[in-house]
Amino acid sequence: MARGSRAPAVEVGADAGDEARDEAGAPAVRTPRLIHQEPSVADKWFSRITLSSGIIVLVLLVLVGFFLLKQSQDAFGQAGWSFFGRAEWRTDVEPARIGVLGLLTGTVLVALVAVALAIPMGVGAALFITEYASLKARKYLTSLVDLLAAVPSLLFGIWGFVFLSEQIVPLSRWLTEHLGWIPIFATDPGANLTGSIFIAGIVVSLMTLPIITSVVREVFAQTPPGEKEAALALGSSRWGMIRTVVLPFGRGGIIGSSMLGLGRALGETIAVTLLLPQVPEISAKILQNGGATVSGFIASRAGGDPFTTSGLMAAGMVLFTITLATNMIASVVVSKSRSGAGVDL
Amino acid sequence: MTTVPPTADAAANDDWDRGFDELTVDTAPSRTPRQGRRPRELTTDDLIAAAGCLFSSVCFNWLAFTRLSDGVGWFGFLLCSYVVFLLLFGIVTADRLGRLVAVDRVMTVVVWTVAVVLLVPLVSLIGYIIVRGLPALRAAFFVNDQSGITPVMDSTAGGGAHALVGTIEQVSLALLWSLPLGLAAAVFLNETRSRWRRPVRIFVDAMSGLPSIIAGLFIFAVLILPLAKTSSVFGFNGFMASLALAMIMLPTVTRTVEVVLRLVSDGLREASLALGASRARTVWSVVFPTARTGISTAVVLGIARIVGETAPLLFTAFGYDLMNANPIDAPQESLPLFVYRNIRKPNLAAIDRGFAGALVLMLLVLALFALARFIGRDRTRRPRRERTPDLVPPAPADPSVQEVTLP
Repeated sequence: MARGSRAPAVEVGADAGDEARDEAGAPAVRTPRLIHQEPSVADKWFSRITLSSGIIVLVLLVLVGFFLLKQSQDAFGQAGWSFFGRAEWRTDVEPARIGVLGLLTGTVLVALVAVALAIPMGVGAALFITEYASLKARKYLTSLVDLLAAVPSLLFGIWGFVFLSEQIVPLSRWLTEHLGWIPIFATDPGANLTGSIFIAGIVVSLMTLPIITSVVREVFAQTPPGEKEAALALGSSRWGMIRTVVLPFGRGGIIGSSMLGLGRALGETIAVTLLLPQVPEISAKILQNGGATVSGFIASRAGGDPFTTSGLMAAGMVLFTITLATNMIASVVVSKSRSGAGVDL
Repeated sequence: MTTVPPTADAAANDDWDRGFDELTVDTAPSRTPRQGRRPRELTTDDLIAAAGCLFSSVCFNWLAFTRLSDGVGWFGFLLCSYVVFLLLFGIVTADRLGRLVAVDRVMTVVVWTVAVVLLVPLVSLIGYIIVRGLPALRAAFFVNDQSGITPVMDSTAGGGAHALVGTIEQVSLALLWSLPLGLAAAVFLNETRSRWRRPVRIFVDAMSGLPSIIAGLFIFAVLILPLAKTSSVFGFNGFMASLALAMIMLPTVTRTVEVVLRLVSDGLREASLALGASRARTVWSVVFPTARTGISTAVVLGIARIVGETAPLLFTAFGYDLMNANPIDAPQESLPLFVYRNIRKPNLAAIDRGFAGALVLMLLVLALFALARFIGRDRTRRPRRERTPDLVPPAPADPSVQEVTLP
């Protein structure tokens, strides 16, 4: 290393070799070796480039919010605060009566149906992969879940639109005829049962399933083997072991992944565009035709007049805020839980 | 429960040589094995009981739905039969073997079912798209565009070459924007010690959950809406689509690459730094080559993620029926847009054409997925093989050691 170089340098103590020489009687006079602390030119550029790319990612997300807000000024200006409290979406009257509440109702209902179906399935699949399957089957099943995640939402959409919808209708009819006294299964007499929030929720649940399964699987895989063995050694059955050790350990992961799935379901677009009629309304009748989601509505009205576009930007801004909040909370829940410490979301 | 045999101390050394089964079953020093039952054992009786439950459940539901009411469709029938089967199976097992075993068995059945049910939609989806798409798919699909197609023409007329060209151009451009940025961001997250790492990581996570339509809406709001009048570059075109797709791909690439970089052993980095290499040189010459296959996998997975994205393209590429190979001028088609637009037409031939496009898209995604698996096969992420600890007990050499009891 170069001696007497530029300022920040530290002194390095003598190494073993020097000491050996001292004992041998060699002259003990030596100048300490100096080490650079100042980064080289290449390293400076390295840290600049990497830092700036990190900052770009950070800024990009802020810009998304900023520009959506900027372009939605027109709509917010006309609708004011009633934008958040109105269900209808009419641009043909003056002043335009647009609001996001009807869209939000549909969005939340679809997402809730989807997550309600996907959580038990996801947790069950994760349990099977970590606790029941053989090592070989485990590998294939993990690939299968990844494959499910890789299938584009569009393909799920057209499959649901053309094929699955018809298969679900008899079930919907039976549910509403025999369990219609439960509010959520109620329908209007003679209502069309295709294109319902229930069907859209089933299709979206298939798309949220992979993310829930993979996060829960990683969480379950981190269960301390000692605790599992202890449960078994105390005479527990396999399910007893899962109930007393694996599930409590993974609780934080299950909650977090469900919220993550909820975030995905809230933003799911193209399948919902195909499946729902995209008519904004406040209705909890999930089994009958009707309903709209924010993302689906935006997609179905793409390329409209400037004011509609501005309204869509405002709706997009609302969706952006909600999904961002859901995902952030989910990450915090997972990373703060005992089981989720090392899990990549 | 097992009772501790009186000769336990004397037999302690022997016990290691016998299996654990024998150890727990042994209740008397005479060593006559008690009739024990393994919790996971499956006897013929169990199978007969399960089959009986299944049979009676199906019969019950058949009676209930075809004779006593007006049916629920095959899906509802399956669901109801399954629930009744679980109930019967639980009751029968509880009667035969006790509540504890019954709960365990029922949950085993439930978990197995979930795993099998996971397969059903995937297989059904792939099968359905093949069955619907294959009849309309001809070699001409890869050559022709939709010029001169009228609603009365057959579904095999025309093709999706314009959509394929659009998809290839948009995805390649998106890769061009997001790969360098994603790589640099991943390096930033994993190879530097900046205090900005935490916020950036949080934002990358947040971005990966961003609804894809928001990405399209963003590009539309920031570039197309204010700038479209100034130049055709900022109109609806493939270039804008590639920017929106890059936004979706960026977090995927960043996070996957970061995971891969984390797997590069620190020893290699330290060796490189100890030899006097700069950090930049270490990343370029040691970390990247080591993680090469993993990075390729990340790229392929990123492509698979965006190749089927439709929603952001509605606001950027917009879709077009004819061949347009110029990505910076005029609307452009892409494969998902082609499918989406055709499926929605009130025309059976168009819907069939849409399914042909869907089949091509699905094969493309499956091929990319297989490619990612192939590149990443068993070379990255391989868990280090650890020596299994010996199951042989420590030799009881000194009797005094064995006498030690815990206070």
